[in-house]
Amino acid sequence: MQTFFIVAILALGFIITFQIAKASEYVAVLRGYERSRKQTNKINGFLLLAFLIIGLIGVVYCNERLKDKILGAPASDHGILVDRMLYVTLAITFIVFVLTQIALFWFSYKYQEKENQKAFYFPHDNKLEMIWTVIPAITLTILVGFGIFYWFKITGPAPKDAVQVEVVGKQFGWEFRYPGKDQVLGKKYFKNVNPAASNPAGQIWEDPANHDDIFVEQEMHLVVNKPVQLVIGAKDVIHDVGLAHFRLKMDAVPGTPTTMWFTPTVTTADMRKKTGNPDFVYEISCDQMCGKGHWSMRGVIVVETQEEYDAWMASKKPQYLVANPDKDPSVKKDTAAAPVPVTAAVIR
Amino acid sequence: MSETSTLHAGAVGHHDDHGHGHHEQSFISKYIFSMDHKTIGKQFLITGIVWAIIGGLFSVLFRLQLGYPDQTFPILETFFGHWAKGGQIQPEFYYGLVTIHGTVLVFFVLTAGLSGTFANLLIPLQIGARDMASPFMNMLSYWFFFLAGIVMLSSIFVHTGPASGGWTMYPPLSALRQAGDGQKIGTDLWLIAMALFIVSSLLGGLNYISTILNMRTKGMSMTRLPLPIWAMFFTAVLGVLSFPVLLSGAILLLFDRNLGTSFYLSDIVVNGEILPNEGGSAILYQHLFWFLGHPEVYIILLPAMGMVSEILSVSARKPIFGYMAMLGSMFAIAILAFLVWAHHMFVTGLNPFLGSVFVLLTLLIAVPSAIKVFNWLTTLWRGNIRFTPAALFAIGFVSLFISGGLTGIFLGNSTIDIHLHDTMFVVAHFHIVMGVASFFGMFAGVYHWFPKMFGRYMNNTLAYIHFWVTMAGAYLIFWPMHYQGLAGVPRRYLDKKGWVSFNQFADLDKMITVVSIIVFAVQLMFVFNFFYSIYKGRKVTTTNPWEANTLEWTTPINPGHGNWVGEIPEVHRWPYDYAKDGRDFIPQTEPVGANESKH
Repeated sequence: MQTFFIVAILALGFIITFQIAKASEYVAVLRGYERSRKQTNKINGFLLLAFLIIGLIGVVYCNERLKDKILGAPASDHGILVDRMLYVTLAITFIVFVLTQIALFWFSYKYQEKENQKAFYFPHDNKLEMIWTVIPAITLTILVGFGIFYWFKITGPAPKDAVQVEVVGKQFGWEFRYPGKDQVLGKKYFKNVNPAASNPAGQIWEDPANHDDIFVEQEMHLVVNKPVQLVIGAKDVIHDVGLAHFRLKMDAVPGTPTTMWFTPTVTTADMRKKTGNPDFVYEISCDQMCGKGHWSMRGVIVVETQEEYDAWMASKKPQYLVANPDKDPSVKKDTAAAPVPVTAAVIR
Repeated sequence: MSETSTLHAGAVGHHDDHGHGHHEQSFISKYIFSMDHKTIGKQFLITGIVWAIIGGLFSVLFRLQLGYPDQTFPILETFFGHWAKGGQIQPEFYYGLVTIHGTVLVFFVLTAGLSGTFANLLIPLQIGARDMASPFMNMLSYWFFFLAGIVMLSSIFVHTGPASGGWTMYPPLSALRQAGDGQKIGTDLWLIAMALFIVSSLLGGLNYISTILNMRTKGMSMTRLPLPIWAMFFTAVLGVLSFPVLLSGAILLLFDRNLGTSFYLSDIVVNGEILPNEGGSAILYQHLFWFLGHPEVYIILLPAMGMVSEILSVSARKPIFGYMAMLGSMFAIAILAFLVWAHHMFVTGLNPFLGSVFVLLTLLIAVPSAIKVFNWLTTLWRGNIRFTPAALFAIGFVSLFISGGLTGIFLGNSTIDIHLHDTMFVVAHFHIVMGVASFFGMFAGVYHWFPKMFGRYMNNTLAYIHFWVTMAGAYLIFWPMHYQGLAGVPRRYLDKKGWVSFNQFADLDKMITVVSIIVFAVQLMFVFNFFYSIYKGRKVTTTNPWEANTLEWTTPINPGHGNWVGEIPEVHRWPYDYAKDGRDFIPQTEPVGANESKH
């Protein structure tokens, strides 16, 4: 019923508009095209000026309404560089935006057709062309220079003491692997992937580096102020590790591992205080179209102190021992024969 | 070529009175399998309009989901069945809508509908030729486009739904049937439709290039060409050089999907199934895709720029400022367009050094773009501007091009792109600079050349309403969207309630949805105005209604096949002699006077 009303109102509005439009054609015929053309010219000239003024006010109003809804200060060292570059660019482009839009609409208004006005024959001027080639070129060179400088800082090699964490995207969730005490992620092969045998990551158990690797899903823990290098992969299609609060992003590509490093600078607990939101968590969003669950492919990052992190880590058992309970010293021989619980339904 | 020109010369003598004289032309050869460039242009335009309505309607549907994620619309279930179960758009359907919206508007409307229409209409008319170099190829070009449309349309009706991997169709998602319903037959049909489309655009492009180079009338040197023609020329060159690369990418993808090859596939465990493929590169496709994909942006923009230049000059009664600089900047854009594709791939794990090169080249493109903007501004400065609907849309184009171009400086800088990549900021950016701006160029073109196409005017009042609502609507829809992007809201998220970081924009999304429905309704009004005016519009009574200099306004009001009655006029000057020596306008056909000042 509601839909019907909306359609009816739209149709009615349209018919009225159309009748007015037709009538105005007849009026133009009666009054003469030349005269009515001059009148609409005036109206449109005025509207252009009004559009400029209302538009500029609208830009300010929009900013007032929305500026608190964009993310606060970045929560990583690289995020500070990204934001600085963004605001420098914003300052420059905003000046250009205001000046050129004012020129555009003001010229349109000012030089609308008038009785005794003659257009000025001005086909070219090399000096002017030179000015507005060189000035943008210089400005852009500066932006490129800064941008590339920061870009190399962000994409440069990770510090030696960075912890490696493997992040793997799949339809539609995230898996993480920590290297354990030896600080080395063990080798893996995609044909070994077998969630039923507690090997969702496809680890090669013959590689001793794998024996202490810890596997978790959906929630990643990081230590505040300690650099971390993410080794990123994907199981099925391309995903993307999007970390809005850290201002970072990297694709997860099946078959081609990528990396990204950063240092988280604010703990989740501090961020909850800062934002006044007790439910705040850092989120991993999938930023690359990956199928019907793309919009819900959410992971969580907990940034915490070293002590909290160690306590969390201590509660985890290496996946090697989960998959091979007979190798687990903490499991008694007689219970080992009992069926092993599968860690989780990894792949639906 | 000589054969066709004699044929036309012969034909012209026969039908003086608007082409429907005693020259036997059946309905089919005149309106359907026509080889007249003007009719083919109209065919492209009308087909483009149909596709624009479909694509626009799809965007309204997915905006409904974005603005009102919790509300149910039972009417949707009536129309779409299980795709909108319980009156709610299902994720697979949502992604199908997004994908087809993007594909259709980028390729079918803003490439074929824009270039196809105006290159066909304007090239022979403005360079002084009786038709295209190969009218037959030209006809084929349209019919391949039509066929591509049929295949694309059919993909919407297959059981598993249309392709839903996004208009970029990245593998492995698009290569794996197991990855979702939209990756089944819908994707195959999408790829076949695109292959047909590419054939169409190549046939058209080759024709445009050879016509412009070979068939100009006497005196029409390259530097006397009107700017729309130069724009179409660069567009055609871009298309001919880049579309084959997409074709190869699409064919390799079809192989991966159907023949078990591993061009793009490696190390894949999908839906619990371990695939045998090893050694392929998913990123290879992105290189192939964007090698077309970025020039494509300029394939869409350049014709709009060319027409806007022409219309601004005619409306301001003043020569376009810096004709040679306009040519130079278009040339620079055309070259650079081939060297910036990887700026779509900054976060794919691209070598950082390579990334830095692409940053430099990408931001370099802002220089010729800036030159063009300043030249347009100077064209308006001290003019005597008539605000025809076409002029308003041209002014709107410049405004949108500035706004959207400046946000490109953010995205082209890889440091900022790390944060903004694939967020709503990108959506806002390209819709303003490429989508809406090019649409404005197209509207300007339609309003300006409608009298030439149909011998009638469109209704002015409806046209002005159309302009003002669309202009305000474009900014209301896309300006605040940048803020969503700054907050990191990713593209293609159909419901943000489950997210702590992105759930603060519910009101904004509602507002955008309401405005987009209004804007869409006004576009329907434009379509109505268009078709109504073909039959009932005020008749054109003079051959040169806008008092313009270019050659198309020397043809009869309703030119027949062959365009000019008798000899093709000779050209003596450039097309922008407005306000020269105290004269309002001097047509290109007028010989240069003895005491005339030089420009």
